[in-house]
Amino acid sequence: MTHRIDGGLIDRSQTLKFTFNGKRMDGHPGDTLASALLANGQRLVGRSFKYHRPRGIFSAGSEEPNALVQLRTRAAQEPNTRATMAELFDGLSATSQNHRGSLEFDLMAINDMMSPFLSAGFYYKTFMWPAKFWEKLYEPVIRASAGLGRLSGREDPDVYDHGFLHCDVLVIGAGPAGLSAALAAGRAGARVILADEDFRLGGRLNAETYEVDGMPGADWAAQTVAELQAMDNVRLLPRTTVYGAYDHGIYGALERMTDHLPDAGGKPRQVLWRIYSRHAILCAGATERSMAFGNNDRPGVMLAGAVRTYANRFGVTPGKQVAVFTNNDDGWRTAHDLSARGVRVTAVIDSRAGVTHTLDGARIETGSAIVDTKGRKGLNWITLPNGIRIEADCLAVSGGWSPNVHLTCHQRGRPVWRDDLAAFVPGADLPVGMRVAGAANGDMTLAAALKTGRETANTVAKDLGLTPSRKAAPKAEDEPSDITAFWHVGGTKSRAWVDLQNDVTTKDIKQSHQEGFRSVEHLKRYTTLGMATDQGKTANVLGLAILAEASGKTIPETGTTIFRPPYTPVPIGAFAGRARGKDFRPTRLTPSHKWASENGASFVETGMWMRAEWFTRPGEKGWRDSVDREVEMTRNSVGICDVTTLGKIDIQGRDAAEFLNRIYSNAFAKLPVGKVRYGLMLREDGYAYDDGTTARLSETHFVMTTTTANAVLVFRNMEFARQCLWPDLDVHLISTTDGWAQFAVAGPNSRRLLEKVVDDFDLSNDAFPFMACAELTICGSTSARLFRISFSGELAYELAVPARFGDSLIRVLMEAGEEFDAVPYGLEALGVMRIEKGHAAGNELNGQTTAAQLGLGRMVSKKKDSIGSVLSERSEMNRDDDLRLVGFRPADREARLDAGAHFFTKGDTPSLETDQGWMTSVAYSPSLGHSIGLGFIKRGDQRMGEIVRAHDPIRDKDTEVEIVSPHFIDPEGERQRG
Amino acid sequence: MIINHPLLGPRDAAEFVIKGDASLIDRPDWQIENAAEAFHEYLFLRDNPAGEHRELWYHEQGDRSWLVVTRNTLTHEVTRVEMARDVARKARA
Repeated sequence: MTHRIDGGLIDRSQTLKFTFNGKRMDGHPGDTLASALLANGQRLVGRSFKYHRPRGIFSAGSEEPNALVQLRTRAAQEPNTRATMAELFDGLSATSQNHRGSLEFDLMAINDMMSPFLSAGFYYKTFMWPAKFWEKLYEPVIRASAGLGRLSGREDPDVYDHGFLHCDVLVIGAGPAGLSAALAAGRAGARVILADEDFRLGGRLNAETYEVDGMPGADWAAQTVAELQAMDNVRLLPRTTVYGAYDHGIYGALERMTDHLPDAGGKPRQVLWRIYSRHAILCAGATERSMAFGNNDRPGVMLAGAVRTYANRFGVTPGKQVAVFTNNDDGWRTAHDLSARGVRVTAVIDSRAGVTHTLDGARIETGSAIVDTKGRKGLNWITLPNGIRIEADCLAVSGGWSPNVHLTCHQRGRPVWRDDLAAFVPGADLPVGMRVAGAANGDMTLAAALKTGRETANTVAKDLGLTPSRKAAPKAEDEPSDITAFWHVGGTKSRAWVDLQNDVTTKDIKQSHQEGFRSVEHLKRYTTLGMATDQGKTANVLGLAILAEASGKTIPETGTTIFRPPYTPVPIGAFAGRARGKDFRPTRLTPSHKWASENGASFVETGMWMRAEWFTRPGEKGWRDSVDREVEMTRNSVGICDVTTLGKIDIQGRDAAEFLNRIYSNAFAKLPVGKVRYGLMLREDGYAYDDGTTARLSETHFVMTTTTANAVLVFRNMEFARQCLWPDLDVHLISTTDGWAQFAVAGPNSRRLLEKVVDDFDLSNDAFPFMACAELTICGSTSARLFRISFSGELAYELAVPARFGDSLIRVLMEAGEEFDAVPYGLEALGVMRIEKGHAAGNELNGQTTAAQLGLGRMVSKKKDSIGSVLSERSEMNRDDDLRLVGFRPADREARLDAGAHFFTKGDTPSLETDQGWMTSVAYSPSLGHSIGLGFIKRGDQRMGEIVRAHDPIRDKDTEVEIVSPHFIDPEGERQRG
Repeated sequence: MIINHPLLGPRDAAEFVIKGDASLIDRPDWQIENAAEAFHEYLFLRDNPAGEHRELWYHEQGDRSWLVVTRNTLTHEVTRVEMARDVARKARA
């Protein structure tokens, strides 16, 4: 550690080993990766985005534009991590990014010589000319060069979590203002959350040599943190960035919970907090900015405040011969602090004339500037306007401090310019409940930060009805903080960098203005100024100032771009939290799931449900074998299918019948007790929406089924109708989809099977005919509901029991069915049988079809009001030459049909104009021995027997099909009534 | 966003589903002369105000109340929250 100096807040008793590009290095607990790299004399840490210029560590915080590295290895590899934010741990492995070949000899550095062709907007210009270059040359080259770090390409092995927190006061930032505010709010008894992005709370107090209450600032910070920690009403969130201010006092925060540990030990790596606050005090401090001068991007050129942070907090000097370039008093502090720690300061250049600061042993130049620098992979010299060269391996630059106004702008607020600070401060239009204190509000001195933090918290406490504590305020001296705006050094041919991360120079900004991109938002898009991971935290104000100068406007006239969340990057994994893979959404299992998995079922996802698609028996070679058998055995004897997934809605009340009459397009008011009716729902625009059966259990009690897919939506819409359209009807709804397990028992032997299960209940056709329903008991005493309804077209029932008996019931039914060779059947066989019967399902009820098209036109009653009834009468929806749902069979019975094929009259050339309709559902019918289909075709009901083309350009197929009735099996419905 | 539910107090907007303009409560009479036109207007034509907007929210992850929320579309400020049932009853009275 060649660059360690005395002091600092690191634990020298322990040594941490880490590697950078495979090179072994040492650091101490309390170091960041950046401070440890500097301690080991590593100035070159990365290559710039566009020109692949050598770059070093520029800052000491989250604003870092240059030092982006990849942390860890293999699947845990994380690109674009700011070395200044990465807390050092033993065994950390870091690599540099954005170079081909080694960091020292980057083959892509050739881009730097091509810079005249890569200036602002070059990317857009490649679109313009020459056109044929784009695909062959520009795009491949740009794609290959784009991006910084590389993703591992493997699944992220870490765990991320989400959490919710509530507080009276959220204090954002734990610098002097934040600590002072949290202390006052905590002492007053408010529920406080104090969040800071750093792992050590204290902010600049840890980086400066100020005293508070007569002790070193860092000691006061530690003592205050200890006092806060002891308060039950205060929660400290170190390593937590409040990244966004949302509506109504809600804040987003990212806690890096185990990023600093070699092994997370099963804990989440990061937690995304949603913080609900009644008040928030933004104490986000300020960020230092640079000035633009020739070759101001070399490794070793750093922010002055950062140089001071490394010396004071980390016991590291970034250089052995340090020069300072400043336009304000704060830069001088770096010179004094370094000098006091025994670091040689070679020169202080102040752009202000007539400054009286002095420093022994250093060359002092006032009213001067730096015009150029030298040093290929790190700074060696700086050059003054008079040509004098001064040796320096580190240049500390201070162009002034910009208050961190970002979160004040997340709800459309715009910052306002203050000439005395040469900076933007928060405007009046703050997010609801937010106040700002300390440097973030333009109160730039330590004493002011401590004072405004406390005062703001006391105001908030009073708002909350609490009594502010009378304990004395922390005391500190007001330090000098004079500044005279100075932005860039003119008269030099060397490129002067404004945005280090995006390689934007002063020339780029002037060029953007010349080429007409004059609005600050256009400037950002055209030059990429202020984009990417750092969002221009050190560059934006400098860029604005140069744009303002080019356009002859003032900075406030030029304005800022809009600040949006997040304040600093948030990994996608943190947003996803635990909602990934299987946990992306809940999985719903049917009551017979366990039994089905024991009996060879394959499952398919339908919405959130896992449904059995078929049950494979030994010897069956493909799914068709299983499905054909299930259909045949059901039609020949009896089959059982879990239909629990259908939506079930319990409807009760004196006006329940009238309510249903208005929900369904067909009449329901006179449905007798003990009967079931098929119902069709329309949307208010008149299109078909959903269908199902509804049973009347008593005068005031109905049970509805909906399709599986629409269960939630139908319930929502019915609640809307109940509360908003007809609030005076006496009716109540509750979803019972999960409450009842329901099985279809279908086939000629279904009655005989059920007779073995029901308790003393007459199932004869006379006593319990087609479309009957009843409440009964089965298996001795279990309450159940029985519906004689049929989706398969066979003699069939649906039997429902409370869901907890579902697993038992499937076992009982299968056992009772043994003597009939009862089979379980899955979703696929269910589909085959409904196509054989011509029942519409999701493929036909797709939201674009009408009752008339479905052949259900007569179900829409014109004698009553129901949802959609009025608009269903629109003339365009009732044309005689409209589509009609019909059946199709291949002219050549061996041919297989395909859903999605479009129909054309024989002899027509397929085109949009000649299109006659499309095939919606197809199946192989084991009952008929050939492929069958359902589909919509124009005037289909009048074209029975016609042969048309089913044209499928995607599968490259053209099949002749015959138009037939959609009721392939038992068209008169004798079986289901038998 | 937070919606101050008249019965349950402040709840996160994530618990709700939004439907849209509260004018959907005012469903026309199906028997009036120009019913088709009235329904067309009711269903398809909406104001798009920059400012106060009355809209329907459904507390799906809660008590299943439909609410009429008066929200400023520019600031997201919620100035009033009513039970949609009460609004509908008043409209009919």
